[in-house]
Amino acid sequence: MTTSQHSTDVIAGDSPLTVGGRSFRSRLLVGTGKYRSNADMVRAIEASGAEVVTVAVRRVDLNRAKEESLLHHLDPARWFLLANTAGCYSAEDAIRYARLAREAGFNEFVKLEVIGDQETLLPDVDGLLEATRVLVKEGFTVLPYTNEDLITALKLEDAGAAAVMPLASPIGSGLGLLNPYSIRTIKRRLSVPVIVDAGVGTASDACVTMEQGVDGILMNTAIAEAEHPVLMAQAMRQAVAAGREAFLAGRMPRREVAVPSSPARGMLE
Amino acid sequence: MGGRLMSEMMITVNGESRMIPHPATLTDLLQHLDLDPRAVVVELNREIIRRPRLAETWLTNGDTVELVHFVGGG
Repeated sequence: MTTSQHSTDVIAGDSPLTVGGRSFRSRLLVGTGKYRSNADMVRAIEASGAEVVTVAVRRVDLNRAKEESLLHHLDPARWFLLANTAGCYSAEDAIRYARLAREAGFNEFVKLEVIGDQETLLPDVDGLLEATRVLVKEGFTVLPYTNEDLITALKLEDAGAAAVMPLASPIGSGLGLLNPYSIRTIKRRLSVPVIVDAGVGTASDACVTMEQGVDGILMNTAIAEAEHPVLMAQAMRQAVAAGREAFLAGRMPRREVAVPSSPARGMLE
Repeated sequence: MGGRLMSEMMITVNGESRMIPHPATLTDLLQHLDLDPRAVVVELNREIIRRPRLAETWLTNGDTVELVHFVGGG
């Protein structure tokens, strides 16, 4: 599907992912980091069918002023740019980055990250809550990256988050969905969309995550660091759709004993 | 800047000290650095300067400027 500008991945009978009053054509959101080249990145994003793509805010490299900017490759009319505050370790820093991102002039959305630990990149929930409150007050549509803790998720919703983004496992780890129970609980208890962010490693991880009933998944490394990013992007697109369909279909109950699929009656004497 | 006596001033841009002609606005600085104002966001002494104000915001000796843009990220 090369016509992603107009096509949609919304499944028949399903509603589209809607965050902060805006609907998107795919439940898969993708990052733009770590690709071997900008051409690889664009091909993979196209293959993923994603509409929302995340970007980071960094200093312009003044020694390479003529380098082509990311936006030279990613047409903002075609993709929805979701700026993140990756690399920020305090509410103050994250707020500063969010304001700079908004000034770029594309939208009011921010994927809010306030990191608390360098090794695990787990969120600092105090800082996250503080920054969410401040940015919501300033009119931002805030999507905080958080851990799989229900209480934090509830507090973020209460603070005005437009969606909550709990992790499947640590950023860039590729460990998959470590705690499906917590993710299901968060989804069941929150009214705002739940978009799982980080930790998905391969297509089955994405599928299992969507089967929990969450509203979407954001991933970067799983695609960018795959040996063949375009192929993995296609796989992720199908896995997200399959997981969503399986969730909507309503799975059979789990049983501890076997139940035959063929009739017990009519057997030969 | 026509007619004025040209001098220089020291400012910090993205963490690096630079001598630039004085007087200069932020628009002059971007031009000096060969940067497209539509492709960067400018912070002067921790305050965001919106694009319409770049041409009317004068730099002074010792100012700290941050020039940021979007890069790949997750």
